[in-house]
Amino acid sequence: MPPLDEPHVELSPTVSDEIRRTTCYMCACRCGINVHLRDGLVRYIEGNKDHPVNRGVLCAKGSAGIMQHYSPARLMKPLKRVGPRGSGEFEEISWEEALTLATERLGKVRADDPKKLAFFTGRDQSQSFTSFWAQQFGTPNYAAHGGFCSVNMAAAGIYTMGGAFWEFGSPDWERTKMFMIFGVAEDHDSNPIKLGLSRLKERGAKIVGVNPVRTGYNAIADEWVGVTPGTDALFILSLVHELVKAGKVDLDYLLRYTNAPWLVVDNPGAPDDGMFARDQHGEPLVWSRKYDEAVPAKANRLGAAMKGVFTLNDGRNVRPVFHTLAEKYLDTQYAPENVAEATGVSAATIRRLAAELAYTAFEESIELDQPWTDVYGERHAKMIGRPVSFHAMRGISAHSNGFQTCRAIHVLQLLLGSVEVPGGFRFKPPYPKPMEGHPAPHGTLTDAGTLNGPHLGYPRGPESLLFEDDGSPTRIDKAYTWDAPMSAHGLMHMVISNAHAGDPYKIDTLFMYMANMAWNSSMNTRGVMEMLEDKDEDGEYKIPYIIYSDAYSSEMVAYSDLVLPDTTYLERHDCISLLDRPICEPEAAADAIRWPVVEPETQGYERDVRGFQSALCDLGARLGLPAFVKEDGSQKWADYADYIVNHERRPGVGPLAGWRGEDGDADGRGAPNPKQLEKYIENGGFWVGHVPEEAQFYKFANQHYQDWAVKIGLFDAPAPYTMQLYTETLAKFRNAARGHGERVPPQHLRERIIDTFDPLPIWYEPFEQAGVDNDEYPLHAITQRPAAMYHSWGSQNAWLRQIHGRNPLYVPGEVCDAHGLKDGDWAHVTSHHGQITVPVARMDAVNGKTLWTWNAIGKRKGAWALSDGAPEVTKGFLLNHLIHELLPPKGDGLRWANSDPITGQAAWYDLRVKIEKADGPLDAPLPDTGKQKSPVGKGPDEVRYGEEWT
Amino acid sequence: MTSLPQSTDRKLGLVIDLDICVGCHACVVACKEWNTGGYGAPLSDQDAYGDEPVGSWLNRVHTFEVTPRAEPGAKAVAPARVVHFPKSCLHCEDAPCVTVCPTGASFKRSDDGIVLVNEDWCIGCGLCAWACPYGAREMDGAEKVMKKCTLCVDRIYNENIPEEDRVPSCVRTCPAKARHFGDLADPDSDVSQMVAERGGYDLMPEQGTKPVNKYLPPRPKQDDLAEPINLAALAEPKATGFLGWLDDALTRIG
Repeated sequence: MPPLDEPHVELSPTVSDEIRRTTCYMCACRCGINVHLRDGLVRYIEGNKDHPVNRGVLCAKGSAGIMQHYSPARLMKPLKRVGPRGSGEFEEISWEEALTLATERLGKVRADDPKKLAFFTGRDQSQSFTSFWAQQFGTPNYAAHGGFCSVNMAAAGIYTMGGAFWEFGSPDWERTKMFMIFGVAEDHDSNPIKLGLSRLKERGAKIVGVNPVRTGYNAIADEWVGVTPGTDALFILSLVHELVKAGKVDLDYLLRYTNAPWLVVDNPGAPDDGMFARDQHGEPLVWSRKYDEAVPAKANRLGAAMKGVFTLNDGRNVRPVFHTLAEKYLDTQYAPENVAEATGVSAATIRRLAAELAYTAFEESIELDQPWTDVYGERHAKMIGRPVSFHAMRGISAHSNGFQTCRAIHVLQLLLGSVEVPGGFRFKPPYPKPMEGHPAPHGTLTDAGTLNGPHLGYPRGPESLLFEDDGSPTRIDKAYTWDAPMSAHGLMHMVISNAHAGDPYKIDTLFMYMANMAWNSSMNTRGVMEMLEDKDEDGEYKIPYIIYSDAYSSEMVAYSDLVLPDTTYLERHDCISLLDRPICEPEAAADAIRWPVVEPETQGYERDVRGFQSALCDLGARLGLPAFVKEDGSQKWADYADYIVNHERRPGVGPLAGWRGEDGDADGRGAPNPKQLEKYIENGGFWVGHVPEEAQFYKFANQHYQDWAVKIGLFDAPAPYTMQLYTETLAKFRNAARGHGERVPPQHLRERIIDTFDPLPIWYEPFEQAGVDNDEYPLHAITQRPAAMYHSWGSQNAWLRQIHGRNPLYVPGEVCDAHGLKDGDWAHVTSHHGQITVPVARMDAVNGKTLWTWNAIGKRKGAWALSDGAPEVTKGFLLNHLIHELLPPKGDGLRWANSDPITGQAAWYDLRVKIEKADGPLDAPLPDTGKQKSPVGKGPDEVRYGEEWT
Repeated sequence: MTSLPQSTDRKLGLVIDLDICVGCHACVVACKEWNTGGYGAPLSDQDAYGDEPVGSWLNRVHTFEVTPRAEPGAKAVAPARVVHFPKSCLHCEDAPCVTVCPTGASFKRSDDGIVLVNEDWCIGCGLCAWACPYGAREMDGAEKVMKKCTLCVDRIYNENIPEEDRVPSCVRTCPAKARHFGDLADPDSDVSQMVAERGGYDLMPEQGTKPVNKYLPPRPKQDDLAEPINLAALAEPKATGFLGWLDDALTRIG
């Protein structure tokens, strides 16, 4: 018994009136959340324990969702610009007026030339819907943010093994014994990686972090490899060198499941050089060791030759992929001693890591007593596991050599036989799905006034590129042209620059959603702001009209002519769809919804906002887009929820897979169910369809998996495939650059395509590094996403901004010593393009040639309802000002994009700089980006959240 | 002056695993959002959107850079490391914050050892914050009362939430599972077992406060280990080189 004078404590207070379960949107991870409501307000948000993504946990961003939801930076009503662009001077207008303005403008564009609309959506989680809208409009100019995020990762994964990391798959956390994580600070994906790392620690598995900076996941890794930016492929291919040299590759796996034995034509100078030898049915050939002749690959997998030069009956010489691969990587250029200096990783470390990979994969292999049948009809008694796994993200992909670097990781995985096996890397449905399972790009206007198919796809070869009859690019971002032939996510980062330059053509309206392109989402930020403000001789803006939808008063809002205020994530319908980027796990297909757990009009005085997708349903109908009107011309989808439930992409297959059919008892395939959203809400906001036990591994070649995938509507027919160590698509583009075929690149791009489109992964020097004087710019500079802020870049969040309200430039100790810099000093940092002057902090746990800072902390004065003296303004800064969307001029008069030459991925992390001490402190970092007027005022002085309940 | 209980039957507290804390601040914010609408006054934020935002938090994560050296000033023996260190009230057995309190507002519960502030009696004098060697107490800027970790006393016994969720908010949310809650007086509890197995330690034991919370140290890193695996010893290619080995290996496959 407590003493009598001990105060009484209420141990069972009321928590909330009701719990509503929906999906988080504080970053891209799509965790399940329980939103506790009290008196109609959000009392508390916690992770949903039943949810497949986060299993109850929630990160700092997720828990700070309350402050995002009630942010003073929320837009309240539609806005029409009344001052100059960038000033932030607006008048509030009604939705009717806003939609009328948009309809008039876009109606004219559509009647005149639909491609004069450029519709780009940033961190959009409704891309299958927004792209459908753009197809219906008839513009070829649509993409989301993948081009400036991680398209290298996505595309390399699709072309190599039928999927990449993160949304495509994950390590087998329960079985893997050695895990290597490349180029990941604390971001994608957030909670699942933390849960996974924890599980690995619990199980005693080894974690190796490969990253120039030793924070976050790299700080807790058992081993940190502080690689020099842009050299990861050299490091990886050196591991490959060691493994091949030691014979530590999984030959059985390579023969059965990869194109290692496929025969490649060796015919220099001819149009078929580097292409696969195929039979009359198009089936790739291998060389039978038993019969000493070429046979179809499917017919003779284990008996195929892996080395040798053979002559086909038609006289052409051929060699197995593996022969070329082994010769290539056995070359001493990949020997550890020869890459150590460039990578900053010692030869001894590379050797040891190769040995550990080999030891773990082959000496510690695991077997599951799970029989299964492969698509070739062979029954296997067990599943054999190679318990090494990998994960990689933006640090690998955001380089001009990123596509090949990502390919290098996948080739390493395949050589170890560790893809889709126990303990290795596992795909999440609907992946694996190779290039052939995706559409090719589309860009042609049909007679119906719509586009001829989905904008974004995976090119098969030069025939997939998008050109007009006169040879000019179809798309404003020049995606799918010779500048970036395999730009599977488009090039959002080139849209403003190209539209401003009228290259390849002028547009009328730039329509964007959730993309802060006037700030942290653009390279050359100040230059982009000037492009948005720039006028032609007639006094008209060079980019004539900008419509933008956002929930908050961002920097981009100030540069918009018409602003459509979006809801917060707690007020909207969304579907995280199998047609798009679902929430699946390796063991299950899964999708999820958001729904209005609170209604916008109850969450702020006179607030009149609409979910962007619902606004598009209305706008689409007003414009008469075919799929958005009924036969009588009236609006077809009342709102986004109506579309989610009733739209069918293919018969029986719609945005949501759960509870289909009139009675709601069908999974995957079935007629629309009017009660579908209710069923999702009852179930916690998500649906899960478990992958059968026998289908859990080898999905790409597992008959049971293929049949299950067809049953639930992932595909319409089984689609097994062979993993591609060697990418023939690259060989096709390379042959075009050698002058073969009907479509060939312009002369100035040929050498670059020949050099970089190697069908086997290579390393080449990042373009900016190759184009500047490295003695003058001796350092690398990169950004990382902070765990507590990434993607919830809104510094208007009263809680998160106390954690990350400023971002010093972290400078390696040895660089500090050389330049006389200490904590709190200011420094000029200069690239070939520009200079910033910023506060610095010393750090030793970093690659000695690399400066870095947190991404997207700095804010423009007047944005986000912050005070003019907010630390985000006076101390926070963007590295973006140093990065140009174009490479340094080469003297040839051409504009060379600062992008990967294969996919067009923005090469953020190729940046080279120099540093010198500056007089400080300054009032704010330089350059000065001016000030915008806040259309929403400023936030309150004090927040006492929850006072009504305490 | 306020007295401490002679002893408590249970010693509820946290065990924090520094080997797995990635410094993500999930615990920090989950704590704030639970407690700002819970026990006592809200955890207010001053100048919330202004030049110098500052608020009260019951749990913070500090990040340190550590360079391993044989002795101070000596050359580094391994690359610098980053350690994330979450810190909140440690619910000390000999809590100086309680004994220093002039009003009896600070107290340690005799039942479970949780140290709390009875805000009705708190005069905001701040002596307890001075007395705490860990800096684990924060004066709320609006209410001018002392705020501190309650170990979510309004969750752990709360019959309005599911039994499995009756743990502190920081523990429930931690994505890396670096935080554990339990009775450190019970040698058989999971947390006590963890402390025994992993060499859990007291923060600043020389202060004599006998903290209940324990920290589990980071495990040795690769830099600290010897005896690497040698690929040459595993390698199969012998004198015939890689392509010769390939022939042998393919023959074995059939």
